[in-house]
Amino acid sequence: MKVLMFGWEFPPHISGGLGTACYGLVKGMVHHNQEVIFVVPKLWGDEEPMADFVNASDISIDYREKRFKSIWKNLTYLEVSSFLVPYLGPEEYKKFTDYAIHDRTDVDESIFSTKYEFSGKYGKNLMEEVSRYALTGAQIARDRNDFDIIHAHDWLSFPAGIAAKEISGKPLVAHVHATEFDRSGESVNKPVYEIERAGMHAADHVCAVSQLTKNTIVKKYGVPAHKVSVLHNAVLDASIIKSTYNKKVPEKIVTFLGRITFQKGPEYFVEAAKKVLDRDPNVRFVMAGSGDLLNRMIDRVAELRIADRFHFTGFLKGDDVDHMYAISDVYVMPSVSEPFGISPLEAVRHNTPVIISKQSGVAEVLDNAIKVDFWDIDAMADATFALLHYEGISKMFKELGTEELKKLKWEHVAAKLVTVYQNILAEKS
Amino acid sequence: MRTICFYFQVHQPYRLKPYRFFDIGEDHHYWDDFLNRSVMRRVAQKCYLPMNALLLDLINKYEGGFKVTFSMSGTFMDQMESYAPDVLESFQKLVTTGHVELLNETYGHSLASLKSKSEFQNMVRNHQEKIKKLFNGYEPKVFRNTELIYSDQIGAMIAEMGFEATLTEGAKHILGWKSPNYVYCNNIEPKLKVLLKNFQLSDDIAFRFGNKTWADYPLTTDKFVKWINNVPQAEEVINLFMDYETFGEHQWAETGIFEFMKHLPEAVFKHTNYGFSTPSEVVAKVPPIGKIHVPTPISWADEERDLTAWLGNDLQDEAFGKLYELEKMVNQIDDEEIKRDWTYLQTSDHFYYMCTKFFSDGDIHSYFSPYDSPYDAFINYMNVLSDFILRLKEKIKGQEAEA
Repeated sequence: MKVLMFGWEFPPHISGGLGTACYGLVKGMVHHNQEVIFVVPKLWGDEEPMADFVNASDISIDYREKRFKSIWKNLTYLEVSSFLVPYLGPEEYKKFTDYAIHDRTDVDESIFSTKYEFSGKYGKNLMEEVSRYALTGAQIARDRNDFDIIHAHDWLSFPAGIAAKEISGKPLVAHVHATEFDRSGESVNKPVYEIERAGMHAADHVCAVSQLTKNTIVKKYGVPAHKVSVLHNAVLDASIIKSTYNKKVPEKIVTFLGRITFQKGPEYFVEAAKKVLDRDPNVRFVMAGSGDLLNRMIDRVAELRIADRFHFTGFLKGDDVDHMYAISDVYVMPSVSEPFGISPLEAVRHNTPVIISKQSGVAEVLDNAIKVDFWDIDAMADATFALLHYEGISKMFKELGTEELKKLKWEHVAAKLVTVYQNILAEKS
Repeated sequence: MRTICFYFQVHQPYRLKPYRFFDIGEDHHYWDDFLNRSVMRRVAQKCYLPMNALLLDLINKYEGGFKVTFSMSGTFMDQMESYAPDVLESFQKLVTTGHVELLNETYGHSLASLKSKSEFQNMVRNHQEKIKKLFNGYEPKVFRNTELIYSDQIGAMIAEMGFEATLTEGAKHILGWKSPNYVYCNNIEPKLKVLLKNFQLSDDIAFRFGNKTWADYPLTTDKFVKWINNVPQAEEVINLFMDYETFGEHQWAETGIFEFMKHLPEAVFKHTNYGFSTPSEVVAKVPPIGKIHVPTPISWADEERDLTAWLGNDLQDEAFGKLYELEKMVNQIDDEEIKRDWTYLQTSDHFYYMCTKFFSDGDIHSYFSPYDSPYDAFINYMNVLSDFILRLKEKIKGQEAEA
């Protein structure tokens, strides 16, 4: 089988977890001798040659193709409706969008220049890039007919997947790694939501990284449950990491590592830390990362008068991430909403016992971890205290956790995906 | 004859280097030697050396008719010894003329007066020793507290240590209808005289001098002389208190600040009935007119003239509280490096960098901070303090093991 996959980033040039997951999945597919054409907005040239990579920035668009025009019009509609006119009534809205579509020839001309240099990042031209990426998808689907199925990862590539399906008539799989509800809570970005929804509904089948995510897809996007398969993420390497980095402080260390944003629940970690420190001052808590809630967390830590026991490292990269895991005695991921959440598995690889929120996808695959509701700071404090003080339980989690990790392989995920493909193709024919 | 009393504050903090969480427990050197040295050298070239030379000329020219007063923090004197012996030499020359008074302050330019009497006294004594050592046995008689922080209670502490007088801000909210241009005395211990800064005239020089949008720009000696002549004849002392770095650093040479100072004494002697005195001369000559009542501490900072530049938000209160919890432990330890770091960590500037008052005076705060934000300042300080605490505990354990 040959799959035409649309992604947004690929290792080593990644800024989020999406690229890593795509890498793992492709690797798993290759293990099962499946061929993958992998399209990314921008190729850097140092990607591992495991797939037939296509650099979208190299694709020339044939703007005489009439069908492309209609694809573009749909996208323009999305863009205009979302960013330029947020507060118009329905009638004015229609007038405005009609006007905008016919009037914005300047955009049409620049966007229909034969090639387009993508940044492949998440910058301010994101919407424009997403739209242009869709045209590229259509062009690729027209140029080559050597694939059986189309697979698009997250909303950024959904328009490309939809366009490729329209042009080629091949079935589409939409893979959801995170939804707008995970990223923004209830204050969703409407146009992003619309793209996600359009992608899921246009798709013949949807893959979700956890049951939790599947529930969101069914509930918030109105996709029938039978159309959604759960495909949990896996780990690339389950080996235990023996670090030579030594801890410099005598106290035990409890760590939060991730973006300091609403989604990750940093405030629950701070409140739980206070509770633990009230009982045992000989612990250090570390919040590693950066984000829009960082200053608020610092204020709260100061207000609670625990700043000599609660440290902020800022954004960590490279070896520092490994060092942080290595010196941690407990790892906490109190996410409010986490479609999957790979970081606890990294902690397990460093032999660190983990506490994870029940509102995370990883809780569905990791049995040997303490699971608490993100808002239950008492339970979080109790669990932290127990893992710090009761040797038995932390030892057990360390041993069993690492065993569990070995079962989470990308080739298993890929095998499941191949079955999904086969079912779709069987249904079609 | 009426008099002008010039007092200049000379201070540089020991700024912390970027100190990461991973450094805690391992790296015990906290100070940004490169930054501290380069600031010292820059200010030496732009301010200390040229201004000292100018003042020496004026003192010699008027054969003692012109005089000034300095208060130098211990952290400044330490850095001067390390990085700018040329500046030290020029200050020594000034003091040798006999027409320069030196004030006593806290060694670490600390806020100890607000928290711990014993630490405050300790810091004052250490500062005395340092002055004696660097300036040929000189013994200050007048005290100036960090940032001109003063209250009735602090005044009483200063009196108890035997000082004749102290300096503080002529804050509007404590003076009311009264004028800063008299000598006052402490509310609890009347033998301690209190000199109040005339902030209007002081800030005309220190803050507004080079401001082209100021209605009175440019400030000339003629204009200044006219203003002091407008002060009622009964008011005898005009206290012009300011940072020494005003000259050449806060107000660049291009503003004409050096020219202004060079010609000011001549204009004063020619066109007014004012002379120049130092604080101890003022209190010897001018009897106090009454008590000044300051129940809560004031300072010379910001529009509010209170403590909120250094204390009051959670970041500052947490850091300040955690720091002074350590006093008892520090006092059990006999170790030069511990004592030095303890002193330098108390410097008020560290807390000033954590100030989150972004209204009215935020600009001046960010101008003086080596950090991007008060939060960065707080994190860095707490990381350092965490390491310092670990060292204290280890030292105490070591001492106990020996005993």
